[in-house]
Amino acid sequence: MDTKFKGMKPSRRSFLSGAAAAGVGSVAATVAKGQTAPDPAITELQDWQVYLGDGVDAAPYGMPSKHESHVVRRTVEWLTADNVSSINFTPLHELDGIITPNGVCFERHHSGAAEIDPAEHRLMINGLVDKELVFTMEDLMRFPRENHVYFLECAANTGMEWAGAQLNGCQFTHGMIHNVMYTGIPLRLLLAEAGIKPNAKWILPEGADAAAMTRSIPMEKALDDCLVAFKMNGEALRTEQGYPVRLVVPGWEGNMWVKWLRRIEVGDEAWHHREETSKYTDLLENGEARRFTWEMDAKSVITNPSPQAPITHGPGYTVLTGLAWSGRGTIPRVDVTLDGGKNWHQARMSGPSLSKSMHRFYFEFEWDGKPLLLQSRAHDSTGYVQPTKDQLRDWRGENSIYHNNGIQTWYVNEKGEAENVEIS
Amino acid sequence: MSKFPNQLALVAVATTSVVALSVGLSERAVYRAELAAAEASAMAEANQPAEAPVVEEMAGAETVVTEEVTEEVVAESEVVEEVVEEPAEEVAEADAAMTEEAPAEELEAGMAFEGGMSRPALFVGAAWAQTHESPMIGELEGITFDLGREALAEEVAAWNIDIRPDGQGLPEGSGDVWTGEEVYIENCAMCHGDFGEGRARWPVLAGGWDTLEREDPVKTPGSYWPYLSTVWDYVHRAMPYGQAQTLTDDEVYAITAYILYLNNLVDDDFELSQDNFTEVRLPNEDGFFMDDRDEGEIPAFSEEPCMENCKDNVEITMRASVLDVTPEEEEAEVTEAAAETTEDAATEEAATEDAATEEAPAEEEATEMAAVDPALVEEGEGVFRKCRACHQVGEGAVNRTGPHLNGVLGRTIGGIDDFRYSSVFEEANAAGQVWGPENLGAYLADPRGAMPGTKMSFAGLRSEDEIAAMIAYLSTFEAQ
Repeated sequence: MDTKFKGMKPSRRSFLSGAAAAGVGSVAATVAKGQTAPDPAITELQDWQVYLGDGVDAAPYGMPSKHESHVVRRTVEWLTADNVSSINFTPLHELDGIITPNGVCFERHHSGAAEIDPAEHRLMINGLVDKELVFTMEDLMRFPRENHVYFLECAANTGMEWAGAQLNGCQFTHGMIHNVMYTGIPLRLLLAEAGIKPNAKWILPEGADAAAMTRSIPMEKALDDCLVAFKMNGEALRTEQGYPVRLVVPGWEGNMWVKWLRRIEVGDEAWHHREETSKYTDLLENGEARRFTWEMDAKSVITNPSPQAPITHGPGYTVLTGLAWSGRGTIPRVDVTLDGGKNWHQARMSGPSLSKSMHRFYFEFEWDGKPLLLQSRAHDSTGYVQPTKDQLRDWRGENSIYHNNGIQTWYVNEKGEAENVEIS
Repeated sequence: MSKFPNQLALVAVATTSVVALSVGLSERAVYRAELAAAEASAMAEANQPAEAPVVEEMAGAETVVTEEVTEEVVAESEVVEEVVEEPAEEVAEADAAMTEEAPAEELEAGMAFEGGMSRPALFVGAAWAQTHESPMIGELEGITFDLGREALAEEVAAWNIDIRPDGQGLPEGSGDVWTGEEVYIENCAMCHGDFGEGRARWPVLAGGWDTLEREDPVKTPGSYWPYLSTVWDYVHRAMPYGQAQTLTDDEVYAITAYILYLNNLVDDDFELSQDNFTEVRLPNEDGFFMDDRDEGEIPAFSEEPCMENCKDNVEITMRASVLDVTPEEEEAEVTEAAAETTEDAATEEAATEDAATEEAPAEEEATEMAAVDPALVEEGEGVFRKCRACHQVGEGAVNRTGPHLNGVLGRTIGGIDDFRYSSVFEEANAAGQVWGPENLGAYLADPRGAMPGTKMSFAGLRSEDEIAAMIAYLSTFEAQ
């Protein structure tokens, strides 16, 4: 694995000593404010001002600057039994805007990432249809396609936090999400090509991987906005995101977005397969469980500052930013508090506001150097307001695992270091 | 798939003749010709009564043409390589000479362009796709892009493996609890434990009754899963982990029966088959209800919130740094091994940290005594995960399904007094045979081959490296 974290660590040690993170920042701040000697970054010739850089084609497929090598997905080893059926997390605190770069979109596999030869890949539609069909990738590329930006959030995102603050960093608490532009075929066109029988009520997409992932999806959704997608952010899907083709189920939990899509069965009843019974059902306090909780509730998180991205510049003008999304529409408004919810302020939304897509917000403030309790609260276009974690627990108890969209709190101390906490 | 086999075949023929003319497109054209040919022969195999005669004829002709064309293209490629320096006109003449029909000429400067028959796709699908947001089924009728082909019955059968609670999709077959135990021990116990108790963080498959309302509920087929069909379907499609879809249908019936038995839902003489499958109901079938967020939560969470002076006091009630389970770069690799041994992640990481910083003194001592390669020992510890469902080593190790393995090297075979061995072990014991690297290696490589009749239901270690690592690891445990 080449995804070792090399940047600042949200560790207990660095948190307690505070040296590593805050140290760098304070030097920079000193230089900027009380400049007594000329800045060598200006007065001395740098190598890159003198010598030639790489020619074109030095990297036929370009990679980020080597100075950004710490911007990687990371996993939490103890979460799962091994790394083949496991998950890692998007480094949200290192990103800006609303689009997630393909190489850092979080991964979740149940039997590893299948390596599929597109020439040998087929998509079959069978079941309650007039004609059971088989498509090659070439066939699929000839259907009319559409482009849409959607977030994909794992239902278990923030699932480790049901019983209380556990992981230090928004990458770990909120990183089971990404937001990319998909190019794909409206699923309804493929279903129409096969001809849906009148008693068809459900579809069962199935993956070609060794987990043969399946989920039951109601026909209404299948005919609404689902896509059979083969591109993300303009290029082919990454292997780990389902190359050569995956299902896109906008606004609904990520497990349903079947990767390496090989088959869609049409039926008259749900299948109640493993991922919609044993998993991805929400166990409530009374021992009963909700099933088919598909829609992702509105949610937000402050990505900076956060435990992996402390304030390093000391008091003064400070940029706070974060992400918000809803499986039911757009995010017209996000509120931010600096004092643990005593007073709230409307944040500034920036960038495209698209339905079922991430939204970016900013809140700039003058930091007085005193501790902060930061929270953000999303409002979606249906009028739903992101609840507190305690509100959620009142409804669901602490055993739900999935669909934890409660308000996140970061405690920022006088050094600017941030920690995941819960507050009264 | 096509409703117009004649047209399709004609297109294919036209394509092949183009191949003969155009070297630049040869590969693609051959590919398309092959596709068309394959499609035509697929249709021929499908044997649609009304169209069959035409299709077969066309398909036959097609295949021949394609083969010829392929040869021709190869030959022509050679020609072109030779003539590549020659004036363009001569190449054009040579091309023209080879054709029987008028070629689609390359457009040169100064020549007028005459368009073909291409036109915007006016069929309903394209227009409809642009204008419809949320269609109903009725509106989709009659839309076709004429893409893809009809699936053959064998193809659908190969992939259509899903099972529903009403039994739809269940194949013929059966399996009983005792067979299930054998198959399970062989294929599943390594991760899920002999009795479904779950090793490390692998799923628990048995028990968990009356835990759903408690902290840390245990969700098993017996305590939580609503339908037995889910067990059959999942074992069949995705298990054994890393060997998916290798079990026979009867084996899947048997494992499913054994899982029912482990959950006290059937007796040990139970046999599960497609006939009695839907009679078995799981206890928690009624424990689920449809998502009702819109009836309670959503209205409750849709009120305008307070913006000013919302509370007097704020206290921190919990801090993640106290629990300290966030991964760090240094510990990441060591933690992996440690975290698998228990579920108590917080304790694990603390222990790991100590072990890492203090260079693991206990292990060092053991290594010194045994004088074996520490890296090999470490590898062996990993391999031993396959064994620890049945065997214990280290301080306090006791016999479980298998005997404890402290001091196994140098020990008389079958030499633990209070363990009941198979007769082959008893015989070896009587003969005074002793475990050494060689015979233990042979046994680990092929248990049933080396010790016919052994009760150890383990298939064997695949590689010499694993065996060497295992023996190195076992050698670090002295008899106690």
